[in-house]
Amino acid sequence: MLVNRKLILAHFWLAFAVFGVALTLGAWQMFIRSPIGTWLSNPELYYRSLTAHGTVMGYVFPTLVAMGFGYAISESALEQRLVGVRWAWAGFWLIVIGSIMAVIPIALGRASVLYTFYPPLIGNVFYYLGVVLVVVGSWIWVALMSVNLRVWRKAHPGAPVPLAMYANVAGSYLWAWTAVGAALELLLQIIPVAAGLKNTIDAGLARVFFSWTLHAIVYFWLMPTYIAYYTIVPRAIGGLVYSDSMARISFILFLVVAMPIGMHHTFADPQVGAGFKFIHSAFTALVALPTLLTVFTICASVEIAARLRGGRGLFGWIRALPWDNPMMLALAFSFVMLGFGGAGGLINMSYQLDASIHNTQWITGHFHLIFGGAIVIMYFAIAYDLWPHLTGRELIDVRLIRTQLWLWFIGMIVTTFPWHWVGILGMPRRMAYFDFGDPAIAPQALSVTFSAIGGFILLTSGIMFIVILARGMRAPRVDAGPYRFAIAVHQSKTVPVALNTHALWVALMIVLTITNYGYPILNLALGAGTSVPAVYVGAQ
Amino acid sequence: MSTRDLFTFSNRHFTIGVGVIAGILVVTGIAGFIVLPFAQPWVQFANVWDAICSAAGVPQRATSVTAPEQAKRLSEVVLTSRTLSRPSQEAIGRGATLAQRCAICHGPTGISRADSPNLAGQYAAVIYKELHDFRSGARTNAVMSPFAVNLTDQEIADLSNYYAYLPRLPAYHPTPQLPKPNIVIYGAPMRGIAPCGACHGSLDNKTGSPWLEGQSEAYMKAQLQAFASSERRNDISQQMRNIARAMTPQEIEAAAAYYASQPPDVVKAVD
Ligand code: HEM
Ligand SMILES: [Cu+2]
Repeated sequence: MLVNRKLILAHFWLAFAVFGVALTLGAWQMFIRSPIGTWLSNPELYYRSLTAHGTVMGYVFPTLVAMGFGYAISESALEQRLVGVRWAWAGFWLIVIGSIMAVIPIALGRASVLYTFYPPLIGNVFYYLGVVLVVVGSWIWVALMSVNLRVWRKAHPGAPVPLAMYANVAGSYLWAWTAVGAALELLLQIIPVAAGLKNTIDAGLARVFFSWTLHAIVYFWLMPTYIAYYTIVPRAIGGLVYSDSMARISFILFLVVAMPIGMHHTFADPQVGAGFKFIHSAFTALVALPTLLTVFTICASVEIAARLRGGRGLFGWIRALPWDNPMMLALAFSFVMLGFGGAGGLINMSYQLDASIHNTQWITGHFHLIFGGAIVIMYFAIAYDLWPHLTGRELIDVRLIRTQLWLWFIGMIVTTFPWHWVGILGMPRRMAYFDFGDPAIAPQALSVTFSAIGGFILLTSGIMFIVILARGMRAPRVDAGPYRFAIAVHQSKTVPVALNTHALWVALMIVLTITNYGYPILNLALGAGTSVPAVYVGAQ
Repeated sequence: MSTRDLFTFSNRHFTIGVGVIAGILVVTGIAGFIVLPFAQPWVQFANVWDAICSAAGVPQRATSVTAPEQAKRLSEVVLTSRTLSRPSQEAIGRGATLAQRCAICHGPTGISRADSPNLAGQYAAVIYKELHDFRSGARTNAVMSPFAVNLTDQEIADLSNYYAYLPRLPAYHPTPQLPKPNIVIYGAPMRGIAPCGACHGSLDNKTGSPWLEGQSEAYMKAQLQAFASSERRNDISQQMRNIARAMTPQEIEAAAAYYASQPPDVVKAVD
């Protein structure tokens, strides 16, 4: 029952439009710092582009996808009209205004601070205010998801909350809480300095606040993808969810252990005690658990589909899968990239191994593989799956869709594998220029060239994606029927209260944040002499 | 079951969830705060509490290490956004009067005929910082230091504003404009050297870095060598010393010759 289709389409279109722009910037960055581009004599332009690319890809694009998808889930899984439609539009417009407000100073070169803010570097205050508006807009969505679930519960006392909505609300709570770290950093530390009220800043504390956000934000990006794994893929390929409880447990685990682990981003920071780094590292190991559960459950669900289609044998069933179905293809690609990316992640999270790849191109290779690859390819799949229901028109060109997915997969592998490799060789990240004529890095020229070519394959695929959706707005009308989610093999009538509500897990998330972040934050906030003079972008 | 029954130990999910989390927290806490600190044979702790504090990151003064003695003074200049903003005509006039003493070396129009630096149109923050450093002894020069020791804060600010106000004239030692050497355009990323213009005005200006176009070649070469040998050390956080040390003698010569041959109108970043 998708009623507010305009609202959902507006979120998706804005998401994909800004994605297209940021993707183009990404490909340009890749090209300009590779041996095939001539060196830009102004590194500042590179950092402008990098700030725009990172801000859009990290904050605006995934947030809009999660919001649009969240509204779609709320209406279709709960079979209930969205409550608070006006608020939803207000949130949308806040994001539009915030994005414009942030992008102007970036374009003028007044906020080339990169999306991680990098204090004591301080840019124009409107850049930060724009980011705050984007976050506030998304918090409206969080509130609406919670309200809609509550309204539904009133009407269906004791009934099991549909899995898609349960996961969606878990994701929204995770986002609400994890965004608090960066919000504190912006509101208490950076904005007062950017507005000229102060001219020193505690950069170490700011990094700790940012790490609060930085890890769990990746699970917020991941949520739509995992929801699609569990609730869209099995239905689309004609299977069943292997276990509904396993799915709920995975989402709960993300809620609990995604938060207290962010300090694995500060392993190299002297202001954080080694004991806390160890605890965060250990909890990081736990976060692999929900992903392993998910991989297992989804493989089992896919196997069910294959066997229902007549597949046999220990591995023979794989051949029986509907490989021409874009959803099947997207899932397979996503899993391959998740596998490689996850293996790389194990290196990042180990206190000692991290030292060898810290701040190298390995890191950018890693998060592009996981985020740009495994996660974003499922965003494409979600859009393809929802589009006929949103537009009332069919996406006819399935071959083009398959080609697009193939190109994204190939492009991502070609881009990120050499990217990892040069990182191991020691190439630093966030550099605008490399002199490949220098014998010390000449051997890396070939790998970087491959990466740049991969970037253009990705750009091609991204353009195809947008073209397919745009053509879908004009295709012949069809009645796509109600939007449905996958059902489980054992669809039980009751679910234990702990797996049907979020309170216990949200409480644990907050408690763990306090145990794992409380002391380091207080120590830095109350300690004297931890501030340094701000460095203003473009200041004389 | 209602939510009230959720938070009780009779609820299996609550007991298991809280128990497992608390267990992991305790085990990792003991490992991170007690076992691992003591596993470092090169660090000595007085007692368990000492180890816990260290692992928690409590700021401590290590007893075994004494702070290195500060042999020479470092720059202590503090510049706020108000120090040099919008100078009045009177301030510039006072600066002009004071500057008569400087003219013998730095030229009556701020362009030196000797190998002293040209000051006409230099960034105010640069003159302000150098004069302060000469006064405090963070930078020393047999000729310059005696002039600076008796200046007041107000006089330093007025001089800075006066020189920044003068038009940027071409240098007194015209040579054909040389092409940019690599060290100037690209720096040397593998040695941690940024392009000079990233701070010195042709691409961007970082507070306290002078623009260099038309300065005397001999003067710039001498300064780079002084930075490289740490004879000059008033650059904050060793920004310039680190670069000069990594430069080859040929690069120092090429950069000095290049900048000396440039007209001042290529300076992009304004004050
Ligand atoms: C055509 C495809 C893409 C290319 C060629 C590309 C390229 C790049 C490059 C070169 C950087 C800077 C790395 C550095 O210098 O440290 C970067 C950063 C980044 N990219 Fe991409 N990117 C692409 C797609 C994506 C996608 C799909 C996403 C996520 C949806 C994404 C998210 C990011 C983020 C968050 C950063 C970090 C910015 C920062 O470090 O400040 N990129 N990308
Ligand atoms: Cu992380």
